[in-house]
Amino acid sequence: MADHATGKIVGVNGNMITVAFEGSVSQNEVGYARHGDMRLIAEVVRIRDRNADLQVFDSTRDLMVGSPVEFTGELLSSELGPGLLTQIYDGLQNPLPRLAEQCGFFLERGVYLTAIPRDTRWAFTPRVKAGDKLKAGETIGTVPEGMFEHRIMLPFDVDGSVQVEWVSPAASLTVMDPVARVTDPTGAKREITMLQRWPVKIPIQAFAERLRPADPLVTKIRIVDTFFPVARGGTYCIPGPFGAGKTVLQQITSRYADVDIVIIAACGERAGEVVETLREFPELIDPKTGRSLMDRTVIICNTSSMPVAAREASVYTAATIAAYYRQMGLHVLLLADSTSRWAQALREMSGRLEEIPGEEAFPAYLESVIAAFYERGGLVRLHDGSFGSITIGGTVSPAGGNFDEPVTQSTLKVVGAFHGLSRARSDARRYPAIDPLDSWSKYAPVVPAELVETARELLRKGSDVGQMMKVVGEEGTSIDDFTTYLKSEYIDSVYLQQDAYHEVDCATPAERQREVFTLIAGILQQSMTFTDKTAARRFFHQLTQTTRDWNRTAADTPEFKELQKKIEQMVAEVASHA
Amino acid sequence: MHKYYHRVQNIAGNVLTIRAEGVRYGELAEVHSRRGTSLAQVIRLKGDEVSLQVFSGSRGVATDAQIRFLGHPMQVPFTDALLGRVFTGGAEPRDNGPALTDNLIAIGGPSVNPARRIIPRRMVRTGIPMIDLFNTLVESQKLPIFARAGEPYNPLLARIALQSEVDVIVLGGMGLKHDDYLFFRDTLDASGALARTVMFVHTAADPVVECLLVPDVSLAVAEQFALAGKRVLVLLTDMTNFADAMKEIAITMEQIPSNRGYPGDLYSQLASRYEKAVDFEGAGSLTILAVTTMPGDDVTHPVPDNTGYITEGQFYLRDGRIEPFGSLSRLKQLVNGKTRDDHRTIMNAMIQLYAAYRETQEKQSMGFRMNEWDGKLLKYGVRFEREMMDLSVNIPLESALDLGWAIFADCFDPIETGIHSKLIDAYWPKVAPAAN
Repeated sequence: MADHATGKIVGVNGNMITVAFEGSVSQNEVGYARHGDMRLIAEVVRIRDRNADLQVFDSTRDLMVGSPVEFTGELLSSELGPGLLTQIYDGLQNPLPRLAEQCGFFLERGVYLTAIPRDTRWAFTPRVKAGDKLKAGETIGTVPEGMFEHRIMLPFDVDGSVQVEWVSPAASLTVMDPVARVTDPTGAKREITMLQRWPVKIPIQAFAERLRPADPLVTKIRIVDTFFPVARGGTYCIPGPFGAGKTVLQQITSRYADVDIVIIAACGERAGEVVETLREFPELIDPKTGRSLMDRTVIICNTSSMPVAAREASVYTAATIAAYYRQMGLHVLLLADSTSRWAQALREMSGRLEEIPGEEAFPAYLESVIAAFYERGGLVRLHDGSFGSITIGGTVSPAGGNFDEPVTQSTLKVVGAFHGLSRARSDARRYPAIDPLDSWSKYAPVVPAELVETARELLRKGSDVGQMMKVVGEEGTSIDDFTTYLKSEYIDSVYLQQDAYHEVDCATPAERQREVFTLIAGILQQSMTFTDKTAARRFFHQLTQTTRDWNRTAADTPEFKELQKKIEQMVAEVASHA
Repeated sequence: MHKYYHRVQNIAGNVLTIRAEGVRYGELAEVHSRRGTSLAQVIRLKGDEVSLQVFSGSRGVATDAQIRFLGHPMQVPFTDALLGRVFTGGAEPRDNGPALTDNLIAIGGPSVNPARRIIPRRMVRTGIPMIDLFNTLVESQKLPIFARAGEPYNPLLARIALQSEVDVIVLGGMGLKHDDYLFFRDTLDASGALARTVMFVHTAADPVVECLLVPDVSLAVAEQFALAGKRVLVLLTDMTNFADAMKEIAITMEQIPSNRGYPGDLYSQLASRYEKAVDFEGAGSLTILAVTTMPGDDVTHPVPDNTGYITEGQFYLRDGRIEPFGSLSRLKQLVNGKTRDDHRTIMNAMIQLYAAYRETQEKQSMGFRMNEWDGKLLKYGVRFEREMMDLSVNIPLESALDLGWAIFADCFDPIETGIHSKLIDAYWPKVAPAAN
């Protein structure tokens, strides 16, 4: 410890302390502020002369001018190793359930536990032998973690290529036991354990190359997969006013998305919402694997009343754990709810540092910080030729529900898809409340793209007619326009809307989306003749009812085929063709 | 330790700066000046400069005021003797009763570990149909009442305090008019509810710093009652005044404002109070109902807007009634399936028909001809507003459900309500009730 800097507090302002230090201190280095027996973790955010400003990840109450501060020489880091899955952490990777065992109902200050259990034994199988050459991120051996083969990798901070001198035979080991010893070209030896640490604010880049995301990530939400798709390794955002259903949409995605691992960063939102996930996930069965959903999930939970600085760290902790599993050739989905709260944490700290504010007092570097975060997603080819990806989905909570604010705008610049939730749709109970006209996506849908374009064109026209009808009334609308309007309402109610609480309708697989959408797109293109508007309305009312029943029927049943035939017959009866 | 300092350097707003050593962040101090003694709290340390926020305001504080540091943060007594009493935001008696000094607890304690929270499961009965029937309040919920200034939100809170089935009520008043304070006290006293109530009241005439303390003091006491196994309801009025007090202090401290002058941490500050709402497994619970007045009736104003992102729904109070549209209890579905099997059906059917009534009303006001169905709706709407929405209605949930059936039977044929026939068979009144 002797070669790390030490210091004394010379100022306290909210969760920021100013420390006069001796020795060498680096930006983002971690220090501990001592208060009696208590050590409070803090991170350097600015250095001026011989004074460092640190943000404290806990309440600063009772700290005094003159209190000692110990620097650690390390950046804020996450622990990586087998045992991360199923865990529930706070923003600094403190395991919350174990913290509760120790401290009871409340989060006591200054209590930090190890993130990965030290006593669990893992069945290690070596993949290399003495004499092999390895690069950072390459596999030394594997352990089974739940349903995954967890790769034990050469630590990401290893420079260049090293030679394996010794590797453990197959054995039952803890994360602290050595699994290998390597020698670098200079002859320095290093012992490798299953546990490694990585600074959260630095992206892990131990892969061969980054690729363009191409394959769709199927969420089983029709409006997303068909109209505003997300790609594996892509990024998307969900802005929306309060009560529009951002969190519910993310909860559904975290259940049904076709990925290997889901990392949920509940960042500055209601604790109650996380509790639902915490209590329900262990009970829910993943249809793909037949195991509990919790087995593929890590929850990082820094809710609104928990320390603000740790809120900022929480999204980086989540991104680091996501990148760790990507290195194993897995597809990871990172859901951050809500990035606005994270941006507000940046704003609070920037205010305490008395930086010159940008728009709405957000710091001037807000855009680049948001961009850098979303850039931590992506599809990569690993050194062994396998592929891994991180898809990032972030919610945004714009003030007043107005998207013209800095966080929404900075996010829109860097993401690949925009799912804008609208108050009008959520008030009308049209869920999911993604606005079909304002939203966009740059990724490829699961259905033929030209069909989506026709449907989108029709929705736009239908909305125009709807607007016009408000002025001129139904009487002043031509039957053709009226039919267009009814068609747009039809696709809205039977395809865009989806019942999240119905056992069949809640999740529509890609294959079924293709089948259903092709039929519906055909209906939309079909020209129809009606005697009058009442007849048209009655027809679409019945068609909607039948199609909704179809949505609620399991795909492999005879009823499914029957209803499909019935729909086709209904349409054929009104079809006007030569 | 308890040495006196008397070299005040700066006085700005309610903040004074002195030179002192060995002072802890957040610690309390006593400021003795010619105007009397006041408590103050350390809000910034910079070298040997200590900034103190004076609870009773800096008016009349002289540069030679004597300051003594107490070595502990703000505390509040916690005993059963609190019940029936009224205190200021600084926890001083306001009712001429004795000062309490037993069992002092710190305010603004740590937040609850999310891993120890449970899914809420018990409703809070208030006797107000617009709440119990349509937007059920759930134990451990945090709900604001959004209202324009001038709406009867304080009488509503008083009614909820009188009628709700809870063990302890903690009322935190911020920037209350003195008349409103007396109204609360007298109303609760007259009904005997004062005996289970603790009041922390800051009136508009009191120093603004005390306003800042009210939520923390109220919630600290409420939390202790909840840990002791009590079902506690915390009523806060008005949180917009609290936010404005924060704004005032932040500007004095030369903080950079973010949105309409409010400090950048408004969301975190509000959240750390609202998130105190919790159901302790194996002990009691803490439920929060808080009035948030909307300046200019604008829900996108920073205070109601940030509040909406924190709370689990909201009640809109408009024209003296809880508005059925827009009002939402996000937790209601956790409990309203377990009350009576017709609860959800009545809830949905009544609201749908009331929405239809509003449309008809609009048509009527535009001079369109009314048909038979419109006539039924108009009759229904009037009864619904008078017998369900009126805030003076005080009936248990079950009677409210029965009343719902009676109103339906009076106004409609069973099929027009769109209710499932099984429920119609079970609940539709067999004999048409006498028209009233």
